[in-house]
Amino acid sequence: MFDFPFLVQILPEMLKGLRVTVLATLGGYGVALVVGLLLALGRRSRNRAVRGLSKVYIDFVRCTPLLVQLYFAFYVLPSAGIRFAALTTGILVLGFNIGAYVSEIYRSGIESVHSGQWEAARSLGLTSLHIWVKVILPQALPPMLPPLGNTLIGLFKETPLLAAITVVDVFGAANGIAGLTYRYTEPYTAAAIILLAVSLVAAALMRGMEHRFKLPQMRAGNPGRDWSGAG
Amino acid sequence: MSNASGDHVAGFAELTKFIHAQPFDLLPQLLKGAAVTIEITLITAVVAFVLSFVVAFVRMAPLRALRAVATAYVEVLRGTSAIVQLYYLFFILPAFGIAMSATMTAVVGLGMNLSAYGSEVVRAGLLAVGAGQREAAASLGLSRVLIYRLVIIPQAFVVMLPSFGNLLIDLVKATSLVSLITLTELTFSGRQMVVTTGRTFEVWSLVLLIYFAMAYPLALGVRFVERLTTRFR
Repeated sequence: MFDFPFLVQILPEMLKGLRVTVLATLGGYGVALVVGLLLALGRRSRNRAVRGLSKVYIDFVRCTPLLVQLYFAFYVLPSAGIRFAALTTGILVLGFNIGAYVSEIYRSGIESVHSGQWEAARSLGLTSLHIWVKVILPQALPPMLPPLGNTLIGLFKETPLLAAITVVDVFGAANGIAGLTYRYTEPYTAAAIILLAVSLVAAALMRGMEHRFKLPQMRAGNPGRDWSGAG
Repeated sequence: MSNASGDHVAGFAELTKFIHAQPFDLLPQLLKGAAVTIEITLITAVVAFVLSFVVAFVRMAPLRALRAVATAYVEVLRGTSAIVQLYYLFFILPAFGIAMSATMTAVVGLGMNLSAYGSEVVRAGLLAVGAGQREAAASLGLSRVLIYRLVIIPQAFVVMLPSFGNLLIDLVKATSLVSLITLTELTFSGRQMVVTTGRTFEVWSLVLLIYFAMAYPLALGVRFVERLTTRFR
């Protein structure tokens, strides 16, 4: 039933897919960190329209499936003259999607700093740059790290969806092999094991880091969430 | 009277004209897909809810082997993607003689995936109830079952509620994945409409909006419950 020689034979192809998966994960995460920052700043903006728009964007992205967002970007944007390679589209959509979640992490990190800290810093006459760099961020960043790490793992688990827009990641490679050979067990098992191995190792690394830096526990019931279908 | 009914007819004609005008002529077909999405969401939610409690309690079982099985279940399901799990059930199980319909595959696959996250919600909720509650209930002579039924679960449930709400939102969105195993829900209907009409922009915009219309009320509900529960604690 399970053909090991065949598994060995397809392994190079699958690992090529893993390279694309990792590229999509890191690229998407980089975009998400920046998009999240812009959204978090937007939500704190003095301009009401900017605040409102950031909120609408976050709500909309979090209430629609990533798969449909991918379809929209892949099939609709080209007719508006915006054309990217499939992988680039995938990375951008992942980044703009996860960015909405990242902005909430930034926000709760900043809000977790007690308001007395702001008041104390201001009453000492610190400039707003100094307040951010010396007082707020050193306290706001550590509690952000565990959820940010979980988001990275969650993002990694979303990448198989890119196969739906023709990206040949691990899952796309498995689809390709299954389509050519009509053998499903080996490629999909390989894909599952590769994904599982990477995310388990990543989760273990995260736990080690939390332990090492004595970071506060991640929010209960929210460990390494798979943002299924976009959220 | 005749005037009123005439108005009524005119209103109806307006409505049909509206539905047949672009882009709304796409709506009837898409809404049929949305109905399937809602159906799968509801059935899966019930399955996942029950499974979450079962898995959470097995993870606290006195038998070590049982605990290990439950832990492995959670780790494997959370460590791989929902779409890979669905493909596994859909393409590989038949080779081992277990063939399920697409709907059944969707409910089992999504239900199992969600229950892995749900069991963590249950566990966190149970742990959030202070040990004093358990001790007080035990000292009143309540049996283990009664302690859980009367004391711990009612308090834990309040803590779990917002997280369960978030999981339900995730589920609505995750149902889009089952379009890839040939189930004619909203996303699949969208793909069909694109093939038959070629109007990609209108179709995918409407699909996004319909998903939003389904998930956003849930998000508002979660926010409302969150506010309520923090006030009560």
